[in-house]
Amino acid sequence: MSMTWIQEIRHIVGEEYVQTKQSSLLSYAYDATPNFNTKPEAVVAPASEQEIKEIVTVCANYQIPIVPRGSGTNLAAGTTPTQGGVVLLFHRMNRILELDEDNLTITVQPGVITGDICEAVEAKGLFYPPDPSSMKISTIGGNINENSGGLRGLKYGVTKDYVLGVNAVIANGDVIQAGGKNVKDVAGYDLTSLFVGSEGTLGIITEATLKLVPLPESKQTLLASFDSIERAAETVSKVIANKLTPATLEFIDRATIQAVEDYTHVGLPTDAEAVLLIEQDGPPSICEHDIQLIQSIAIEHEAISTQIAETEERATELREARRSALSALAKRSPTTILEDATVPRSEIATMVKAIEAIALEHDVKIATFGHAGDGNLHPTCMTDLRDKDEWERVEAAFAAIFRKAIDLGGTITGEHGVGEMKSPYLAWKVGDEGIQLMNQIKHAFDPDQIMNPGKIFHRSGGEVDE
Amino acid sequence: MNEAITQAFQERISEDDLLNCMKCGFCLPACPTYVETQDEVHSPRGRISLMMAVRDGEIDDVHEVEESLNVCLGCRACEPACPAGVNYGEMLEEARAIFYEHKDVPLQEKALRKTTLNMLFTDQEKMGKATSLLRFYQRSGLQKTARKLKVMNFFPDHMQQMERVLPDVPKRSKQYREVTFPSETAHTKATAAMFKGCLMDTLFHKTNQSTITLLNRAGCDVVVPDTQGCCGALHGHSGEKAGAKELAKQNIQAFEQADVDYIITNAGGCGAFLHDYDHLLKNDPEWAERAKAFTDKIVDFSTVLMKLDFANEMPLNIDQQIITYQDSCHLRNVLGVADAPRKLIQAIEGAHYIEMPHADQCCGSAGIYNLTQPDMSMQILDHKMENVDTTRATTIVTTNPGCLLQMKLGIERTEQTDTMHAVHLADLLLEAISTDG
Repeated sequence: MSMTWIQEIRHIVGEEYVQTKQSSLLSYAYDATPNFNTKPEAVVAPASEQEIKEIVTVCANYQIPIVPRGSGTNLAAGTTPTQGGVVLLFHRMNRILELDEDNLTITVQPGVITGDICEAVEAKGLFYPPDPSSMKISTIGGNINENSGGLRGLKYGVTKDYVLGVNAVIANGDVIQAGGKNVKDVAGYDLTSLFVGSEGTLGIITEATLKLVPLPESKQTLLASFDSIERAAETVSKVIANKLTPATLEFIDRATIQAVEDYTHVGLPTDAEAVLLIEQDGPPSICEHDIQLIQSIAIEHEAISTQIAETEERATELREARRSALSALAKRSPTTILEDATVPRSEIATMVKAIEAIALEHDVKIATFGHAGDGNLHPTCMTDLRDKDEWERVEAAFAAIFRKAIDLGGTITGEHGVGEMKSPYLAWKVGDEGIQLMNQIKHAFDPDQIMNPGKIFHRSGGEVDE
Repeated sequence: MNEAITQAFQERISEDDLLNCMKCGFCLPACPTYVETQDEVHSPRGRISLMMAVRDGEIDDVHEVEESLNVCLGCRACEPACPAGVNYGEMLEEARAIFYEHKDVPLQEKALRKTTLNMLFTDQEKMGKATSLLRFYQRSGLQKTARKLKVMNFFPDHMQQMERVLPDVPKRSKQYREVTFPSETAHTKATAAMFKGCLMDTLFHKTNQSTITLLNRAGCDVVVPDTQGCCGALHGHSGEKAGAKELAKQNIQAFEQADVDYIITNAGGCGAFLHDYDHLLKNDPEWAERAKAFTDKIVDFSTVLMKLDFANEMPLNIDQQIITYQDSCHLRNVLGVADAPRKLIQAIEGAHYIEMPHADQCCGSAGIYNLTQPDMSMQILDHKMENVDTTRATTIVTTNPGCLLQMKLGIERTEQTDTMHAVHLADLLLEAISTDG
């Protein structure tokens, strides 16, 4: 039986683009999420929308799950083939189709690396702002499916703010063309937005048109350290209250500062409780004005040190303090879990304190860094998945963190997606009614549950016990 | 067979090291074989998951894993890219050693390995004789005859091209015995012992001579310990770990007696392997500490030249030309040397330095990789030459003999021998101090 559908797919894409050797299946059994490891039955690399359409039709006939996978950097087990089936790759669909400078759009295939899009448009003085930390690795198809965020969220928004249109193949083999190059388009339901962030559960995205903006002329970088989280948080609030919108406004806590300093020696004050990395972009005069104003606000709020980068090299060094946060923490333990609980910006200090208390209560090691400007935090747990007892405490701690985030008006995931890992907690955020409506939407697109099954929706269909 | 290999993996490849890989994928753009194939079977995290599968007994045919490891260049570009600090190189070497030990090596390959590794590379005398043969072949006119008769047509394309790019071998007498080369400054600024290397001491003897002259000019006394041997890299990288350990001990002993500030290498590949002796011998109580003392002194000649302010104190001139630099993977990824060679080139009057795109990516030489995996090696090289061409450089500088031969091969393959040449950094710098400005 299984030979039949694989043979049919081989016929569609050609022998060499269907891998079924054990070593291949093992190499696509995972993504960047710890503890989810299941082999698919085949790894398939189509070359066109037409081939995808035919593959989907075969899979629908035989009820075979399809898991679209860009570069497999997902952190919520969104791209793991946990129910077997086909892992669909997009490296043969990695062309930029059109850069339209009149309409300020770029049309791309899903397999293009996001960083390559940035490079291509910046060469023309244009800008694609969403910048997830994995942008040099992850594909635009993956970013659209997960509605990825990044460091520039506060000022520029996230992936969904830049997707004007998508083509997608849904489970019955139909090709849906949603949106297009129009900034204004209210013709029917906004299917484009529905596909963005749908985690591959509604269809396979085969093409996308993205909005571009002019490239900012210059950039200024400031690093400020504080001896209390509250002072840092008040600085953030005051910056926003002053009608300033920095391009990035990043935060690292004490545990992260110590790890980063041990690792990079960039000269962070290790007695600080919080460090803010703030950047502004735009015309030079405005940039300079803003960054100096922000510096004086930080000083007003008792910053123990502030530095504005005089040169691009220095700016790179200061950014390194934030950029190396994950590396510095990851080197400290065998297993690293990076979460993305998010709260309204005004609740950051409360949330960071709550995370510290929860870590203490569950006797686990958690350091927090993240995007202070948009409330998107990355509580990062250093553990060892072989220690079953500790692993249970880690899971309990994260459940408590998600609960707290929701209590503060936040969400269980700001930018990584629900995937399979966080599916048990989705109902906490959207309620049973929300889950039910989402299920009905899913059913309309994919009645037989072949599109990335097990993701977003919890297997038992319900929520976890509290 | 599978069970024995699985057991060896369990005993010798630490689960901690394997689990340390969090599969984040940050290694993907750094890995040349992933970039070429876009296949996780040929990515660092893919290979780690395959090693894990062997360890856990989850793969029926372990030779699929061996094949994946064979395609790995061992360039270790994944290591600086890795947020979690995974010891990829060490695991790769151990895994290869296990496969090698459990292998029914075909007789022919066994013979080839025995000749090249055990005889040639461990014994300077034999290396000398073998290269003398090569020299005889080149000088006697046999080379011309062979070329005329197209004997080489029986070999694969890239082997023929390789034959054309091999440098002339110096006469035996020029290859020195133990000597000290004194500094040429008013007072000695540092003392160093030179690691000769097998290829560097024979095929590239001139480059060793250049390196010593540069160090002397910079104020460094240089000794060349007589009892040193091959670094063992080629043994280690191809699974002959026991042979590598013996060579390591021989070299540690040879250089202990020299009692110098630095142990100098001018071949990134050797340098990196020498630098890792402490890992190689970490479980040997008698040698672990001595290995550490040895590796602490290992340094690339370009780093020492920069430390001694060579670029500022020495007038450097060459004819106007565009120069680009191809990193030696092991120099960059293991010894962490990337700036020094570039700064030295940029300090030369007349040199117009242009960085090529992806200069930090492997050229496909990778020890004997270009002989064992010719297709992938040539695919990587052809992409490398496209990057070289964007700079319009007429000179490609490298810091490792394997890379140098590979770049010469690239020039030959793209038929640019009339307009472009490849040179070791030491030879370029020597030319620059010898040229009047």
